[in-house]
Amino acid sequence: MVRPRIGRRSLSAPAILVILSMLCVTGCGGGQKDDTLTVFAAASLSESFSAIGKLFEQGHPAMKIRFSFGGSATLARQIKQGAPADVFAAANMETMRQSEAPTFRIFARNRLEIAVPKGNPAHVAGVSDLARPGVKVALCAPQVPCGAAAATALAAAGVTVEPVTQEQDVKAALTKVRLGEVDAGLVYRTDVRSAGGEVEGIEFAEADKAINDYPIAVVPGTRRQVAAKEFIDIVLSDQGRRVLSDAGFTLV
Amino acid sequence: MIKSDRRLGQGLPWGLAVPAAAGMLFLVLPLAGLLARAPWPALPARLAEPRVLEALRLSLVTATAATALCLVLGVPLAWLLARAEFPGRGLVRALVTVPLVLPPVVGGVALLLVFGRGGLIGRWFGDVLSLPFTTAGVVVAEAFVAMPFLVISVEGTLRAADLRYEEAAATLGASRWTVFRRVTLPLVGPGIVAGAVLCWARALGEFGATITFAGNFPGTTQTMPLAVYLALETDPEAAIVLSLVLLAVCVAVLATLRDRWIKA
Repeated sequence: MVRPRIGRRSLSAPAILVILSMLCVTGCGGGQKDDTLTVFAAASLSESFSAIGKLFEQGHPAMKIRFSFGGSATLARQIKQGAPADVFAAANMETMRQSEAPTFRIFARNRLEIAVPKGNPAHVAGVSDLARPGVKVALCAPQVPCGAAAATALAAAGVTVEPVTQEQDVKAALTKVRLGEVDAGLVYRTDVRSAGGEVEGIEFAEADKAINDYPIAVVPGTRRQVAAKEFIDIVLSDQGRRVLSDAGFTLV
Repeated sequence: MIKSDRRLGQGLPWGLAVPAAAGMLFLVLPLAGLLARAPWPALPARLAEPRVLEALRLSLVTATAATALCLVLGVPLAWLLARAEFPGRGLVRALVTVPLVLPPVVGGVALLLVFGRGGLIGRWFGDVLSLPFTTAGVVVAEAFVAMPFLVISVEGTLRAADLRYEEAAATLGASRWTVFRRVTLPLVGPGIVAGAVLCWARALGEFGATITFAGNFPGTTQTMPLAVYLALETDPEAAIVLSLVLLAVCVAVLATLRDRWIKA
């Protein structure tokens, strides 16, 4: 049998790979520069914050803004683990507390609506219809903010709903309604707006009992304090408020 | 056999040994992280929680059912790809691997667009058999994601198998079906088992397609990965416990199977 030759030459390839990957650990990671402001924001803020980010960049031509949109709890956890965020905007107070930001401002509120597929196939007219047998309902899981809000609102209405699914976030619940897989779902008013004409929203009085406050804060320890405060100022400005209001948020 | 093993061990070049060790560390360290953060004193009480057992039972049942479904459909498919000559075989093989590259969440949406209430097929028999939000839906989602692992593994074994046994059987008058059943299957048995194990492990860990297609409800569609994900939102400690349970069960099953089947 011919033994494969294992000489110095054939060792160089893995060695180069190791060196390259080490370079990458220091060189390719993060790449955060001082002219980039990083904003972690709740998924429900995707559309409005992207628009507000454009306003910020217009006023700060030397700066770039980048967003990480996701579930508030996930973002809070990432911030606690040292993710390079400068601003954190959460969809509820609990997750803001988890991020350990010392001060924050509430800049918007969101309320639940019943979302039904276009044409409302199951003829859902109010919150009591969600308990009707044969009506398939998607709620958020009780562990995520929209699920907690749904539980509060349904309890206030005195309605017991047996959902077919407890979705992992509000956008997933909206998707089920959009595709017509369920007859109704409890989502935020902003989600109904963002779905355009694909879903119809039905307001209900008990949603008052489960209003979500959206807090925003400068992440403790950031080196871009000034820019972070300026971004928050734009969110709180008249222009910012108009964007939020157009997206379906209630202003504070 | 033993002799050659020993020789290989002695002559292991450091150019291989170093990256191999680094690779192993890379795979094992996150596991060590989980073990380090596990709430050991609270573990027994957590394990006895009904929702943990419920999710575990559901995971094992659905992953096993999905593997069975993959075997029934996947082994013939692998045979077709390895043995049959037909135009467009390369394309079919590429299509089979689509679920490997498709983000599982997209796979879940795609399944909804086919089997959902308004889907291509679902709209016709959706009233009789509705898959979304059912345990059967979990099996379908897991099978969709896991089947390529089985097909690719079995196809590889079939290609490597010595064709002369099958040819000999055919010359002796066996029909193609008999050859497949009595010669091919036993010949590639270990490959099928290995593929099935891989398929089962993938199904057990499936998250994206399951939560998108089958939804999430404790007892009917909430498998362990879904329970882990949601526990992470509010109770990271519970998520670690659930992950450890899933890992322990998976490692135990795979180690047992490996000893019993794959060595042989």
